[in-house]
Amino acid sequence: MSTNPFPLDKADLMKAYRTMRTIREFEERLHVEFAKGDIPGFVHLYAGEEACATGIMMHLTDVDRIASTHRGHGHCIAKGVDVHEMMAEIYGKATGACRGKGGSMHIADLAKGMMGANGILGAGAPLVCGAGLAAKFRGDGGVGITFIGDGASNQGMVLESMNLAAVWNLPVIFVVENNGYAESTSVDYATAVDSYVDRASGFGLPGVTVDGTDFFAVYEAAGEMIRRAREGGGPALLECKMVRFFGHFEGDAQTYKAKGENDYNREHRDCLKIFAARVRETGVVTAEEFAAVDQEVGALIEDAVASAKAAPLPSARDLTSDVYVAY
Amino acid sequence: MARKISMKQAINEALDLEMRRDPAVIVMGEDIVGGAGSPGEEDAWGGVLGVTKGLHAKYPGRLLDTPLSESAYIGAAIGAAACGMRPVAELMFLDFMGVCFDQILNQAAKFKYMFGGKAKTPVVIRAMVGAGFRAAAQHSQMLTPVFTHVPGLKVVCPSNAYDAKGLLIQAIRDDDPVIFCEHKNLYGHEADVPEEAYAIPFGEAAVVREGKDVTIVSYGLTVHRALEAAERLAKERIEAEVIDLRTLSPIDWDTVLESVETTGRLVVVDEANPRCSIATDVAAHVVQEAFGALKAAPQMVTAPHTPVPFSPVLEDLYIPTADAITAAVSKIAPRAMAA
Repeated sequence: MSTNPFPLDKADLMKAYRTMRTIREFEERLHVEFAKGDIPGFVHLYAGEEACATGIMMHLTDVDRIASTHRGHGHCIAKGVDVHEMMAEIYGKATGACRGKGGSMHIADLAKGMMGANGILGAGAPLVCGAGLAAKFRGDGGVGITFIGDGASNQGMVLESMNLAAVWNLPVIFVVENNGYAESTSVDYATAVDSYVDRASGFGLPGVTVDGTDFFAVYEAAGEMIRRAREGGGPALLECKMVRFFGHFEGDAQTYKAKGENDYNREHRDCLKIFAARVRETGVVTAEEFAAVDQEVGALIEDAVASAKAAPLPSARDLTSDVYVAY
Repeated sequence: MARKISMKQAINEALDLEMRRDPAVIVMGEDIVGGAGSPGEEDAWGGVLGVTKGLHAKYPGRLLDTPLSESAYIGAAIGAAACGMRPVAELMFLDFMGVCFDQILNQAAKFKYMFGGKAKTPVVIRAMVGAGFRAAAQHSQMLTPVFTHVPGLKVVCPSNAYDAKGLLIQAIRDDDPVIFCEHKNLYGHEADVPEEAYAIPFGEAAVVREGKDVTIVSYGLTVHRALEAAERLAKERIEAEVIDLRTLSPIDWDTVLESVETTGRLVVVDEANPRCSIATDVAAHVVQEAFGALKAAPQMVTAPHTPVPFSPVLEDLYIPTADAITAAVSKIAPRAMAA
């Protein structure tokens, strides 16, 4: 009988692995399907960044709200949005999470506390201030979490929101997903400070930088901030340094990355591999148990793609519906 | 029991009644309480022009003064609305849309549609509009057409205290985002207003004067200029029907078209700049839907295609006057008709 050195029990370790594996499989599959030309528009893949969404979302329930980014599939899956509905949405189908009217960049499920992926970078920061404010008025202990890329961290509305959250002492966490690139622009070029924690200090917020490829580092830092926020301790900033395996969008030639950078990251900085290896070596979860999850997730994504492809398209009627509640 | 109160008091009363009725109603904005952070000075202002004065004492904690960060707090109001609150955010001057428009344009207006019908964003954004306050180019614009253009938003602009109270109550109870435009030069305008709560449905224009010869369509301050023009025209035996649109989105096409079917003549008066305005919108719709009824080309009386000037002599020329409206009517309803 192996002892569990982790802050999560076996069921939660399996849950975390399943979530990360689902995101990875979802994104790797989209990479393939997109290349076939069946998916309209453009998609931004979260592969390589799974530990961040998962490490944070393990602390949340439906009462907690998140606002996501253009790279939102991982946040959606980790927050519990239905994978079949997500896939159908990305294919523009009537059965999609947004009935085919939002697409990859706008998947939302308010019942699950997922306030939407967002095509406007940084726009989620004011929105989760509202979520935090609503939670405060209701006294339900909910928190609002906004995900911001290193690029969007330079948006005025993000900085305004940090100040507002501090002034109103809102239960809000600003998560900077620093994958090194704002589209094609290096973080070293576009951001004047070396650490986003310095930004947080400027607004009187506590901040922590963690290795975003280390699930446990994210989990522990986020857990502390979320607990503090729930107890009325106010907002905080979490910077996760991470890697993105794919381009800004599918079809991006990624010439701005160093030669071999993606291969190196997949070999040495794959959060999923790192997590599995650490857990396996303690014997808390066996290789066979992980493999069973892999198989299950593979079948889930296979089924999601097949049903999305077979699903009905929206009808002409849908063009003009749902603009207003009543008009 | 109705009594005469100003539009400013009517708006205060609407907020008061709705805050009393529904604990989900919260109010936020810059200086809406005033004096925040100065002990003993709370409610020093009650809004820059005192519209929210006195509410802080009645509903402590539910009126939130904000930092000067319109993107953050307008966005927070929208986010809170998406999470079940009914926030009323005051943008002070609608001109300040420039520093928070994304949250209105790409967030509030889009949620319902973009999320496949699942979202509800019952937020009201109150703001002052209009010229005549000697406040120059950045505090005087009539930006109603900008918001009317955006699907997902509702746009309201009352011309009097009675409508302001009923339309604001409707706006707060409404489940869609509403841009509530308050003409600053109407704040002191008094009308008979019932003490109790009442809601005026959106999309119902008011025929504020009946007439058979020409239809004058307007909203906000210029409704009063149109009425003034109509009185003058009556002396020349031209009877103008004056329609106050009250809400610009949704808009009451039926009332406008019915009137034009009778009069055959249309003048639209809009304090906004002329291009892509409420004036062009109404004129185009009437031409398309009631061309056969028209006896003359529709006329548009608007502000010029300029920013709002400061000097009073220039600003007075900027806002459509009763003279300009009378002249537009005369152009299509010649003396021959009155004879």
